Amino acid sequence: MPDPARINHHLTESLLLAYATGELPEAFSIAVAAHLSLCDECRARSMTFDVLGGALLETHAEVLSDGALAATLARVRSEGPAPTPRTPVPADVLPAPVRGYVGGGLDAVRWRPLGGGVKQAILYRDEHATARLLSIAAGAAVPDHGHAGTEITLVLAGAFSDGIGRFGPGDVELADEDVDHQPVADPGGDCICLAATDARLRFHSFVPRLAGQIFGI
Amino acid sequence: MWADEMRALSERRDESAFAALFAHFAPRVKAYLMRSGSAPDLAEEVAQDVMATLWRKAHLFDPAKASVNTWVYTIARNRRIDILRKRARPEPDDLPWGHEAEADQADALALQQESERLAAALTRLPEKQRVLVERAYYGDLSHREIADETGLPLGTIKSRIRLGLERLRHHMS
Ligand SMILES: [Zn+2]
Ligand SMILES: [Zn+2]
Repeated sequence: MPDPARINHHLTESLLLAYATGELPEAFSIAVAAHLSLCDECRARSMTFDVLGGALLETHAEVLSDGALAATLARVRSEGPAPTPRTPVPADVLPAPVRGYVGGGLDAVRWRPLGGGVKQAILYRDEHATARLLSIAAGAAVPDHGHAGTEITLVLAGAFSDGIGRFGPGDVELADEDVDHQPVADPGGDCICLAATDARLRFHSFVPRLAGQIFGI
Repeated sequence: MWADEMRALSERRDESAFAALFAHFAPRVKAYLMRSGSAPDLAEEVAQDVMATLWRKAHLFDPAKASVNTWVYTIARNRRIDILRKRARPEPDDLPWGHEAEADQADALALQQESERLAAALTRLPEKQRVLVERAYYGDLSHREIADETGLPLGTIKSRIRLGLERLRHHMS
């Protein structure tokens, strides 16, 4: 697990607000929840937005029908407490919210090679956005690309650089229409990332674009 | 506020404590859902559901981590995403929160005070900004629109929760 003090690139206020209000596409929520599992600072900021939700909850009330309390009590009276939540699982490169979508730890990921030392595994996809794990071999590059929408990339292991910055374990890179980049993994070891995108990426060279069509990048 | 009722509920399934919590929070959860676009019938059903969850999970409530209204909000928000948005909201790893009775009590009190201060700050926001905050929470802004909104005056509570988390980190190492 990355040292929280060494995370340099964090989530934006607007992403945290969208997560707190439930407006984030599920694929993005996976990336946000994964970062919040690693980062104290964003965790504290995220909790602040929940507190604000609680404060807003206090501001309006609607009358319930007669007997609502009695009906609810009748439902729960015989029930004991819910089971205590999961016990902590052994440490893994993948934080719990990601393990939930993989169905296990890093060993359980079913990678599909994209060529050039890059592998991916789609974690979740719906009409709004896609979340995938990427594995970039040490020194290898993800094809140079622009973005048709928003992209959140969270580093889980290793590191990459792309001309905008260097991103290590726990770091988040946000990219949008204005960003063109080519992430290159550090030579030290494979870089494992979680990437969420809300529209198809645009690749600049022909061959990777073809690969994009085949593999659904 | 309400922490005593939560303890009574958690420790002895105290129905009068539950009735008091229900009288306060069920109408507020119903209003939250109606303002989020749900019809009154569904809003009432979900409000009862949320209160049933409060009964079942009372033993998991920790006043050092959240005030009761924050906790109820998160339960209601998750049900709303589930039912109205039909999607899941993955949650972060549980924090392995360090427990010390004295620190917990201080945290619970600080959290309560900061929550109240934030609620007061909310009422003092300029009308235009307050409406935007409400619209964001009632699901009336897309995440794209939220991305354009900044400048919420949230500084104060951060620092307090931050201290709790720093103590936590200290506990872990
Ligand atoms: Zn962070
Ligand atoms: Zn990119």
